[in-house]
Amino acid sequence: MKRSSQLNRRSPLLAIYALLVFAFLYLPIVVLILYSFNRDGVGGFPPKHLTIAWYRLLFTDSAIWDSVLNSLLVAAAAVVLSLTLGLLAALALDRATFPGKSIFRRLVLLPLILPGIITGLSLLMFAVLRGLPLSLVTVLLGHGTALISVATTELFAGLQKIDRAQEEASLDLGATPWQTFWRVTLPNLKLSLIAAGLLIFTLSMDEIAVTFFLIGRDNTLPLEIWARLRRGITPEINAISTLIFAVSVILILVWYQIRTRTTGKEAHELLERP
Amino acid sequence: MPWRSANDIEMYSRAYKWIVSTPPILWVGIFLLLPYALMFAHSFWLVRDGTIVHEWNLENYAKLFQNPVYLEVLFRTMRMAAGVTLLSLLLGYPLAYYMSFHTGHSKDLLYQLVIVPLWVSYLVRGYAWKTILGSEGILNGFLEYLHVTSAPVSFFLYSPFAVVLMLTHIYTPFVFLPLYASLEHIPRNLVEASHDLGAGSRATFLRVILPLSLPGLLAGATFAFVLTLGDFLAPLLVGGPSSIMIANIVQSLFGTAYDWPLGAAISVCILLLTISLLVLTERLENRWSFR
Amino acid sequence: MTLPGSSQPQAAPIAGSGDVLLEVRNLAKNFAAREVLRHISLEIASGEFLTLLGESGSGKTTLLRLIAGFEQPSSGEIWMSGERLDTLPPYKRRVNTVFQSYALFPHLTVEENVGYGLQVSGAAKPEIPGRVTEALQMVKMQEFATSRPAKLSGGQQQRVALARALVNRPKLLLLDEPLSALDANLRKQMQGELKSLQRELRITFLFVTHDQDEAMALSDRIALLKDGGLEQVASPREIYARPATSYTARFIGQTNLLRAEIVDGVARCGSLCWNATPSNGAALFSLRPESIHLSPDGAVPAGAVRFRAVVRQQIFSGSSEHLELDLSGQSLRVRIPARGPLSGEQEFWFSPADAVAVRK
Repeated sequence: MKRSSQLNRRSPLLAIYALLVFAFLYLPIVVLILYSFNRDGVGGFPPKHLTIAWYRLLFTDSAIWDSVLNSLLVAAAAVVLSLTLGLLAALALDRATFPGKSIFRRLVLLPLILPGIITGLSLLMFAVLRGLPLSLVTVLLGHGTALISVATTELFAGLQKIDRAQEEASLDLGATPWQTFWRVTLPNLKLSLIAAGLLIFTLSMDEIAVTFFLIGRDNTLPLEIWARLRRGITPEINAISTLIFAVSVILILVWYQIRTRTTGKEAHELLERP
Repeated sequence: MPWRSANDIEMYSRAYKWIVSTPPILWVGIFLLLPYALMFAHSFWLVRDGTIVHEWNLENYAKLFQNPVYLEVLFRTMRMAAGVTLLSLLLGYPLAYYMSFHTGHSKDLLYQLVIVPLWVSYLVRGYAWKTILGSEGILNGFLEYLHVTSAPVSFFLYSPFAVVLMLTHIYTPFVFLPLYASLEHIPRNLVEASHDLGAGSRATFLRVILPLSLPGLLAGATFAFVLTLGDFLAPLLVGGPSSIMIANIVQSLFGTAYDWPLGAAISVCILLLTISLLVLTERLENRWSFR
Repeated sequence: MTLPGSSQPQAAPIAGSGDVLLEVRNLAKNFAAREVLRHISLEIASGEFLTLLGESGSGKTTLLRLIAGFEQPSSGEIWMSGERLDTLPPYKRRVNTVFQSYALFPHLTVEENVGYGLQVSGAAKPEIPGRVTEALQMVKMQEFATSRPAKLSGGQQQRVALARALVNRPKLLLLDEPLSALDANLRKQMQGELKSLQRELRITFLFVTHDQDEAMALSDRIALLKDGGLEQVASPREIYARPATSYTARFIGQTNLLRAEIVDGVARCGSLCWNATPSNGAALFSLRPESIHLSPDGAVPAGAVRFRAVVRQQIFSGSSEHLELDLSGQSLRVRIPARGPLSGEQEFWFSPADAVAVRK
């Protein structure tokens, strides 16, 4: 039973401080969105003459949309790749024992905590050594490999919640391990898979540190924006950033809802321990 | 490869275990372990006449310690990382404490408000700071509007301060999460027991809550420190020459300077530093978690 | 000392040394719209072992938490030795608690846990180690002084929690189901130790439990709570022999509830009738299973109510037999000394004095 107790006394100073932290977290984003509607460009205060002209411009900017398409392709493929491998890795960590298992676990999770530049450069050297030309394929290789870490942690958490007796019951009732996997294990993991997929998709769409070193001629969206930043900033970039923000927020909130349904409120193991 | 028998998971056949573990092990071996090993190997090679020569030597590491520029940048990077870590903790801890101990029904909503910026594009957030801090930027416009300043101030952008500010913004939610989790895991009856035994709020915080949240604090601090240590985008976005960090040197060695072996050597140093930090903090976390 | 508010109808004479230590006046607590405690008035004597007994949700733990100061009352007052208690924060009350799950600080050693209260309340530094050792000796845990709680068994943690609460020398010790996490044997043993510790230290114990056997074994008085109200406050013997309500009769031990009609001093329930004092009308009587005897087992005293009933079921439990009787449609539970299988119709009797009129 949840009790409202003495401990929850009001503490106005702390509340104000918390409010300021939230302001710090959100103010830049609010400013970004606000200036995407500013006729006179990014800068100056206060913003005057609200307009959607920058969004119009954005929608006719074919280079941006090409990069969006590239990012979507890479993200979709990265979801498939890292979910498949992450699922197998999670199953292996949950159910198999093999020499070097703990090293394997650490290795899989390493890209999550390691700076992107290390993973990106390592894969760059690998690609050059193998004679792979830099292209969206190398970017996918980078995203897919780095994000196995996310898929593995999320799906491992999902697997831990499955009552193993369910699988025992299935085997007991005469189902083969293969049938048990398809009919019991996978359906139980459905929500975890969707949640992990959403997260991987969002992360891949936004990824820049690893992509930076693996990109070929075709830009992903973040790299396209990055390239334009060198030429100076325009509200058009604010406009596309606003759209990215909006899409990310939606995906994150959907992910969070599914996630809390599968593993409970505080389940954010992914980042509770590096 | 011989499999050891697993007593607790015997219901899964040998074949099952093979099938689930082989593909990820192979993939991770080829696309993660091998590239890292390649990075390691490169750090012992040389560039001669614009090509990489596979001659094993320690010259790259010697250069690192002989040329004061590298060490200087490394120390500056660590100072900045420490700054980001400290600021993120200063922002993240009170927020996590407030949310864990002083909010009721709004807890869940507030939690979502913190994780949204966590997962929202690094680039979008970095870009936002660039537009705010720039000499033509919004902060300057705002200050002139308020007549605090009459001409644009340029030191906001292109300074280590800007980099630290931007990265603090990015890593505060990262620091918040493990902290909040560890605070949430403190059984509330321990706080009651402390009050019961005569400790006021201050003593209870210092003697019970703070020590029990150390693992989360450490995890968060490690995140912020390690991720800042390897960041090269923030200096490019909002920093200037004075805020070049160690990863920027790596990036330029792999780019225009074309000295991959030296770049690899620095990367290996970053990698080793990161891993030893992770090992150290994991040890400490284990010691400080009394489950 | 004059005691305002002592007109509580259920209030029984106070045990212990006599002086009132704690007084709860008309205390109520609501969580949102839910009434958890309904106007409780209770007095606890100095040196007394009082148990708050009740099912989960009866409000017993809430009452304890109000006294400890973890919750604020919605209305009413709490006084201790002439001092208003409910306005003080928990850390200023001379009351300590043994928590249900012990709530030992996991990051501190046993001696640090025990010394915690002395340190935070600013006890003289040189005095601390001695008092910690003394407290640990009291619960026979001195050899574990430097262990961490995680290394201890449940029973050992229990002892440390007790030492930690006692080291501050509270006037009143609150114990929130402290034995509920222990297995049956250890529980029995700890009950004995608790009781002797309490006698030795002469500290007032307010003990919360849902286990009526435990309450009977330990308490000077039992306060039975139901749905946030006090059902009855009395000594274990009294509450068992003279339950005030049908709820008390059923909750404490087993009983048969007889729905009788009283006409001119004679209670009639089916084929049974006996002399009874309550005034005319419907009445409810509690008759304990062991108050019903088998006639062939011994002499039947004069004035006993005799009846014949069919033995429908017999369960043997070592020293006694549990019978279920069918008395022309009414079922009666009976406990008699073990005496071998019974069957068919038998003659039984009970003394009218054992049929206790109870409120509904």
